[in-house]
Amino acid sequence: MIRIAIAPLGSCSGCDVAIADIGEDFADIAKIAEIVYWPTGADLKLEDLEAIDYIDITLSHGSIRTSEQEEILKLLRKKSKVMVAFGSCACFGGIPGLVNLSPEREDVMRTAYESISTDKGEWPSEKSKIDGKILTLPKLYNLGHSHDSLVEMDYYVPGCPPVESQIRDLLGVAVAYSKGGELPPKGTVIAGARALCDECDREKPEKIVIDRFYRPHEKEADPNLCFLAQGIICMGPATRSGCGTRCINANMPCRGCFGPPPGIRDQGSKMLSAITSLLAADREAELGEEGLRELLERISDPTGTFYRFTLPSAIINRRLNDGR
Amino acid sequence: MKKVFEPRIVAFLCNWCAYSGADLAGVSRLKYPPNVVPIRVMCSGRVDPQFVLEAFREGADGVFIGGCHTPSDCHYVNGNFKTYKRKIVMDRMLEQIGINPRRLRLEWVSASEGKKFAEVMDEFIAEVRKLGPVPRMKEGER
Ligand code: SF4
Ligand code: SF4
Ligand code: FES
Repeated sequence: MIRIAIAPLGSCSGCDVAIADIGEDFADIAKIAEIVYWPTGADLKLEDLEAIDYIDITLSHGSIRTSEQEEILKLLRKKSKVMVAFGSCACFGGIPGLVNLSPEREDVMRTAYESISTDKGEWPSEKSKIDGKILTLPKLYNLGHSHDSLVEMDYYVPGCPPVESQIRDLLGVAVAYSKGGELPPKGTVIAGARALCDECDREKPEKIVIDRFYRPHEKEADPNLCFLAQGIICMGPATRSGCGTRCINANMPCRGCFGPPPGIRDQGSKMLSAITSLLAADREAELGEEGLRELLERISDPTGTFYRFTLPSAIINRRLNDGR
Repeated sequence: MKKVFEPRIVAFLCNWCAYSGADLAGVSRLKYPPNVVPIRVMCSGRVDPQFVLEAFREGADGVFIGGCHTPSDCHYVNGNFKTYKRKIVMDRMLEQIGINPRRLRLEWVSASEGKKFAEVMDEFIAEVRKLGPVPRMKEGER
């Protein structure tokens, strides 16, 4: 029996649900493994984790935004032979990582505790005395972090949340591990090895030319035609394959949750290149610089859109403060 | 005495126009400050936005991209327009991540415009000097 931990950090628990969702295959895990730590499934605390002497494979999910989450992540690393970053938050920082665009804890506190709708503007402090007892809280960080920016990770399973096929592949790794078999090389990303567009079977015109952008709600999308050809921003060109075009099948454009494709470091700037190449590609001279500017200024939030899941692992991964 | 701030500029220059323009400026002994690290690229369209972000991350106070005049001087048909379009979205992105977009300058400089190159560079360096050092990411920041 090998020992497995499933550890939620700054998580919405969607990753837990994705794991539970594999249904009967879950029984296969039970054949080879004992789940020694899964706070979402059983009421477990930090002391329980501390008491475990070792773990074979840990799946850690959720972003890191507090001192407690960092402490638990480091403890898990110390006790585990194999650490798997499970889900987009763990791999890249995820949606909660967008906090890096307003990286001042004080701003968050002010909004939460001093806005007009709040009666009493008392900020929680890391240590407070209540009824003669000392109450401690973890420190809230300014920034969100991916797991590998704080500890070494062995494997990555991107996805918000990951899909069944990835979880099954991961199960294969666990089986190999339990038999002392060969494991994938460190750093392996358990997902596809191409860009999402390569596994998308929507009709792609030979030349895609965007004339103007539409937000998904502004237009009923043709379910058979590439979103980009319809002027709807789809992150396909800058996203790793492996999800089975989950959103696209539901007639929604890809938002990029699998992170950058192999060989690309920075998903946002890759998408910026892709989208600007396509815009009015056959009318550049006709529109001229001013005409192009007008079209492109419609992209009002390139950072939030193109780095939706990966800001904490981008080349520049937070808002800096030039001249302020 | 207070040390004057000497900005570091990375300049991506397209082989066919801007690089030749810079060369001409040199040959004609036109002076522009020695703060510039020129990087020759085959076309301005080769300047991946990742290069620009890397340059800022590594401490470039300004990034200059020089290419061939629009509409039709680019030797690879529309590399210059591609660069122009990227620059517009890059500006917005830089603003969002707290880097003054004026630190990124795009200019069209032909092979015969040695003088223009020297002038534009002078002006850009003066502007970046005013902006001060590029903000840096701090290691280990939480
Ligand atoms: S951009 Fe989106 S819709 Fe178009 S091919 Fe790529 S994944 Fe499919
Ligand atoms: S289509 Fe894009 S956003 Fe949707 S699951 Fe796949 S990678 Fe994630
Ligand atoms: S060759 Fe000079 S910009 Fe393309």
